Amino acid sequence: MAATAPRLAVWKFASCDGCQLSLLDLEDDLLAVAGAVEIASFPEASRAVGPGPYDVSLVEGSITTPHDAERIQDIRRNSRILVAIGSCATAGGIQALRNFHAVKDFVSLVYAHPTYIDTLATSTPISEHVKVDHELHGCPINKRQLLELLNATLNGRKPVISPHPVCTECKRKGIVCVMVAQDLVCMGPVTHAGCGALCPRYQRGCFGCYGPSDAPNTAAFASSLDFHGLPPEASVRLFRSFAAGAPEFRDQSLAIEESAKRSTSSKAGH
Amino acid sequence: MPEQESSRTLKVDYLARVEGEGSIFMRLEGQQAREVRLQIFEPPRFFEGFLRGRAQSEAPDITARICGICPVAYQMSSSHAIERALGVTVEGALRKLRRLLYAGEYIESHALHLFMLHAPDFLGYEDALLMAKDHPGVVTRGLRMKKIGNAVVELLGGREIHPINVRLGGFYRLPARSELETLLPELEWGLEAARETVSWTAGLAYPEFEQDYEFVSLRHPDEYPVNEGRIVSNKGLDIPVEQYDEIFVEEHDEHSTALRSHIKGRGPYLTGPLARFNLNFDRLRPPARQAALSAGLEPACRNPFKSLIVRAIELVQVFDEALAIIREYQPPPVPHVDIPTRAGTGHAITEAPRGMLFHRYTVDAEGIIQDAKIVAPTSQNQRIIEEDLRLLAPQLAALDPARATWLAEQAVRNYDPCISCSCHFLKLDIERV
Repeated sequence: MAATAPRLAVWKFASCDGCQLSLLDLEDDLLAVAGAVEIASFPEASRAVGPGPYDVSLVEGSITTPHDAERIQDIRRNSRILVAIGSCATAGGIQALRNFHAVKDFVSLVYAHPTYIDTLATSTPISEHVKVDHELHGCPINKRQLLELLNATLNGRKPVISPHPVCTECKRKGIVCVMVAQDLVCMGPVTHAGCGALCPRYQRGCFGCYGPSDAPNTAAFASSLDFHGLPPEASVRLFRSFAAGAPEFRDQSLAIEESAKRSTSSKAGH
Repeated sequence: MPEQESSRTLKVDYLARVEGEGSIFMRLEGQQAREVRLQIFEPPRFFEGFLRGRAQSEAPDITARICGICPVAYQMSSSHAIERALGVTVEGALRKLRRLLYAGEYIESHALHLFMLHAPDFLGYEDALLMAKDHPGVVTRGLRMKKIGNAVVELLGGREIHPINVRLGGFYRLPARSELETLLPELEWGLEAARETVSWTAGLAYPEFEQDYEFVSLRHPDEYPVNEGRIVSNKGLDIPVEQYDEIFVEEHDEHSTALRSHIKGRGPYLTGPLARFNLNFDRLRPPARQAALSAGLEPACRNPFKSLIVRAIELVQVFDEALAIIREYQPPPVPHVDIPTRAGTGHAITEAPRGMLFHRYTVDAEGIIQDAKIVAPTSQNQRIIEEDLRLLAPQLAALDPARATWLAEQAVRNYDPCISCSCHFLKLDIERV
């Protein structure tokens, strides 16, 4: 390792640890990565914690507590490049489901002494708090994309990561469309690529765990769900899962709820 | 000079090499621990709250997100619990495929913990990457074993973290025999590597430490427990999973965002590899039992540090079982059994790599979840971890602060604590007064 090896840090907020585990899951490439950078802080893997500043910070998890809202500011100040990894860090994660409810109801459901729990009303992505240099989508992220992103960042080039929807990946791989051929509900048309069209390859419709693709036409997709007879509450659940806090999915879920309410009240009016 | 002080504090502010965020605080007076607190400050995520109103079919995917290290455990416990609520049983080749998937997760999780997170403690390294410089053979063997576990989960589950191929009743897509057979050569290597790992771990130095634990695990009529069984202990417990709520209590206290379990009227208990091994030694497959005997390990092993050896023995067990399942595999006629909608309540425990994982669901006639309860292994082990630290106090008091902190952390890592799960861990403070 050269004396000037770039310093890498890995940080965790509200999350399942799965995205940073992707780094350990690089296996064959792990020792090579470890040789190319100085791993300055990675508590899941090491007791040794080196002080900032860091060249690259990988941030996993969403912001859900007042303490974490402050901690991310410190990390930003100490990081030259900050990369948000995974659906929690880029879209608030599954825990962003709290954003649609009164969080105190959840606290009292799970904990006997709600006053011990210091939590924010919402789960929000890192970009709502600090400037983020790159985002890597997915629940979990794809480890090959992580390697590409690290490689690009360390070499000062733009990472090659497709912004297309999952549909593009199916077409490239020659996978027969599960929506057309099997009438499965599939979020492929509006979901960010990166998984390699995994669910369609396993005879299953995409459930949107990579969050929205660039400029997805969620309204057209929602009407196709309606056309196929999916009840509105099921469509809402589809948009409200692992990237429920992403604006495109959040707003579409709210729009479906609104329109379902309108149609119920107009029926009641007849 | 620390050894001349009568009292001191031992603090670990951010426990490393565990999954999640936590800390340890200990106040020592002479050789006595006056206060021991395992503090979990993992931000709460309220899974049991937002499962209400979700479709029963979503539970395996949603609960997988509690833990990126053991998502299969969550998928298995949730599937089994909801299937029981619906009166569905999954048998034959589908059941074996589930065990194969779980074997993949055991390999991945145990190899990660044993080689990357726990072994550095025994050899005096800050982490596995530093350990790799002096012990390259050990670390590369561990990484290769871990990779085999990942390959099993990836082939059967679609990907190693948060697999997408698990559903109520079975799978979305069945693997072809020829696909599974591609795993055989590496699994055969892995079985040998696991045997070598047993002898290697058996040769390490272990702190002198024992406790009269109540070990709790599942017990199955003829298998080493994974997916089902009765709840048993070495102190007379023998109940069906449905009675879990009557015997085990979860408490919420101020210094932790994780709930802490104990047995009603009895106190803390230990779940995980050591409990499974001690209570189910006779159910181990012959190669695993043989490996244990050749390492000189038999029940009852009461030294929690030796869970390192037990994990290696369980690696022999799961490599051997994975090989057997693939060799006998005949694809079942359908990828999943039919799942009805009907109102009901179902309970399940499966043995996650870290210990018992309890799920309970109530679903309505439309297939919507009305209520959910999840108890992760680390919540169950929290109090016994504190007990271990309390009993370790005389040894900690005799060490300089850096060594004391190291040993206390190592004692916590015996449990492979998964803090992301239990919050639903780690900073060490030892105070000497």
